[in-house]
Amino acid sequence: MIRIGIDVGGTNTDAVVMSDRTVLHSVKTATTEDVMSGVVAALRQVLDESSVTSDDVDVVMVGTTHFTNAVVQRRDLAPTAAVRLGLPATASLVPMVDWPPDLRESLGNHVFLAHGGHEFDGRTISEIDPEELWRIADTIAGHGIGTVAVSSVFSPVNTEMEHRARDFLRESLPDAHFTLSSEIGRIGLLERENAAIMNACLRDLSTKTVTAFRNALRDVGLDAPFFLTQNDGTLMSAETAEEFPVLTFASGPTNSMRGAAFLSGIKDAIVIDVGGTTTDIGALVSGFPREASVAVEVGGVRTNFRMPDVFSIGLGGGSLVSDEPLRVGPQSVGYRLTREARVFGGDVLTATDIAVAAGRADIGDASRVASVSPALVEGALNSMREMVQRAVERMRLTPEPVPVIVVGGGSILVPDRVGDLNVIRPDHYPVANAVGAAIAQISGEVDRVFSLAEMPRDEAVAKAKAEAIERAVQAGADQDSTQVVDVDDVPLAYLPGNATRIRVKAVGDLSVA
Amino acid sequence: MSPEFVDRSRARSLDESDIEAIAVGAAILGTGGGGNPYVGSLRAKEQLRAGRTIEVVDLDALAPDAMVVSVGGIGAPVVGIEKIEKGDECLQALRALEEYVGRPADAMVAAEIGGSNSIEPMITAAQAGIPVVDADGMGRAFPEVQMSTYFIYGHVPAPAALADEKGNRVLYTRVQDMYRLERLARTATVDMGAAAGFATAPMRGDFVQRYAVPSTLTQCLELGHTVARARRERRNVVEAVRASQQGVRLFDGKIADVRRELKGGFAVGRVRLDGIDGNRGERAEIDIQNENLVFRREGVVEATVPDLIIVLDADSGQSITTEVLRYGLRVSVLALPCHPLLRTPEALKVIGPAAFGYPDVPYRPLAAEGSHDATVSG
Repeated sequence: MIRIGIDVGGTNTDAVVMSDRTVLHSVKTATTEDVMSGVVAALRQVLDESSVTSDDVDVVMVGTTHFTNAVVQRRDLAPTAAVRLGLPATASLVPMVDWPPDLRESLGNHVFLAHGGHEFDGRTISEIDPEELWRIADTIAGHGIGTVAVSSVFSPVNTEMEHRARDFLRESLPDAHFTLSSEIGRIGLLERENAAIMNACLRDLSTKTVTAFRNALRDVGLDAPFFLTQNDGTLMSAETAEEFPVLTFASGPTNSMRGAAFLSGIKDAIVIDVGGTTTDIGALVSGFPREASVAVEVGGVRTNFRMPDVFSIGLGGGSLVSDEPLRVGPQSVGYRLTREARVFGGDVLTATDIAVAAGRADIGDASRVASVSPALVEGALNSMREMVQRAVERMRLTPEPVPVIVVGGGSILVPDRVGDLNVIRPDHYPVANAVGAAIAQISGEVDRVFSLAEMPRDEAVAKAKAEAIERAVQAGADQDSTQVVDVDDVPLAYLPGNATRIRVKAVGDLSVA
Repeated sequence: MSPEFVDRSRARSLDESDIEAIAVGAAILGTGGGGNPYVGSLRAKEQLRAGRTIEVVDLDALAPDAMVVSVGGIGAPVVGIEKIEKGDECLQALRALEEYVGRPADAMVAAEIGGSNSIEPMITAAQAGIPVVDADGMGRAFPEVQMSTYFIYGHVPAPAALADEKGNRVLYTRVQDMYRLERLARTATVDMGAAAGFATAPMRGDFVQRYAVPSTLTQCLELGHTVARARRERRNVVEAVRASQQGVRLFDGKIADVRRELKGGFAVGRVRLDGIDGNRGERAEIDIQNENLVFRREGVVEATVPDLIIVLDADSGQSITTEVLRYGLRVSVLALPCHPLLRTPEALKVIGPAAFGYPDVPYRPLAAEGSHDATVSG
């Protein structure tokens, strides 16, 4: 199978062509203002320079920060209605109550509370009131809003209310997009609802973006199916991505880590991804990034996404280095590195210049850093080593030695050993993120509260596993390769009948017909 | 709430930043449990945005015959983050009591300053237009109703009231003892969807003055400000918290193992820590049951309930609740001495190690900072 992986980052757009498990060719190009012309350029270049023709390509995988940036920068967000089912409960906090006011305003602040919702054990809080929903739908239609987020109390336990509410609302809003919170998030009403609303406000942009990607592929003669990567390192089809753009959030670090695991062949490791301005350190567990356990904020909004647990430090190839006091970062010349760094003819001393002066790398004109004092080089190297070592210690999983995999453009900053740990630099490390996109698999997930009074724990876990596998297969995974990669079982305190919350994730290879 | 029952002339009004600080402090004093104060702090801020005020008075502002009521949420923390309150559950429980005794309350007080129930009495006070007292019944968090200084020192279990978001009110007019009250309330709460507002029997001002743990709202506020200041000045948050509370830094470690199981509806577990930094080469354990209960170094008990065992993220200083403890986290363990009211023989019967299933672990009071060695040697 021939696949292309593209990673569209803030600074670089990287592309790789792979034949099964072999990287045939890779390119690194600058991300363009309009994004798509950069994608087209990267695709053209990677196809031209490899011996692969567009007809040979079976599938294209895209990793993008486009949707995250839209929220962070508050642009291209559609006016959105948020409808929550739960009355009389939940009235004390309306949807979007904890959003930054400017973001809430840019969505129009259209929030509605309605009856419905479930208790923790599946009983109903109150019945759905169709009349109430029709009235809400009329108001939404009156404002000309085309995208609606529906949330309901305990919808991860029972999704039925959200589905029924959508059906009632749709009667007056036949053309609207609907996002149901149960399709996106986990237990934690505000965070799940926030994610659903963010998804809803990106629906216009997602249609536009997915179409633009499709056109970009067509421009270079590719008519293979294409997928986008989500934040758990697995794929969703272009159609699914159009429906759930929010699931692409934080897919960048995930792709780097997945790519690092693939390129090195190591499944449990610390991954250091050194960019121009920051370094992300994460942990691989069984080939997947470890997930963060605390609420993650995106653009100032609290969510409970499946985000990789990444620790970022202000160290990158473009980090400024100063003497007296000795300092490396967090300021950086960023994408201006190739103009402003000393070795590239500029007059700013950067971390890259230090690496060249120390003989670690042969980039640009080494004679331009010959005058940097050995003491400064030594001091800056020590300081960088210290920063990386502290961050690695923080993410390290066991006292046993774990390998450290270094990827990304700025990898030369990392020494060959970090503390007692060996550093591995796999082939193609500068484009690990695009490789991570290219090799991404398909997943299915279950996150539900089970009452152990009704079924024993083993049976509940088995049921959740079967369901997760089925979801993965439905999403396009090949049945035979699909397996459970993660089981998490948290007993819920203060509930009799021993309720437990079980989370299961299954992953399989993409099945290409 | 006539002026002769509470002197409001020296009351302080809280603003939104105070509430945020209190939430941070309350999470720390939650010692791993008590529920997340995030939802509560948003609700309290909504009270202020609706034009209501949250007034705090000191214990000495209460007249001896003032009627003080303790309210709080009761239920499962996971329900608290999903089925958010209608908003007046505690107020309805308070109203049920007031109607029964035929007199309005003069002030609210918290039963539990640790976690989400630090905020609930402030919300109810704002809704009822009365002040909240700067005190509580634990100085920390505990899992059960009877584990407050109010009940330990003889407060009556009835009348008490529960209310849910559907308008149901349950009034307990006679209850045999505080343990039965806990069970009755817990059972009804589960039927109400595992979340309800709870108001316990009215207390006299002089009783609260004598038996409440004083100034704990202020303590939360100061903790919150300490954390914010340390972050702003890029100082170590853990050390700032320890220093501000005269606590003991027991251990810096990395979580090597977390084991959990359910016993009678409670999440019971044990966390193993491998030392880092100054504790490299040492091992420690924390037993948890909703809250952090017992700390051992190399198998030797160094701190137990009712003293406060606090787990913070070693780098960020974020307080870590027992549900999110996981393999690989780097944590600092602090201990703070509990209030003397929690250390008497009567109190230890209810909240000492034996009450949590450690009949063989004697309670050795944690000494304040400076005399740490004396404690360790035991």
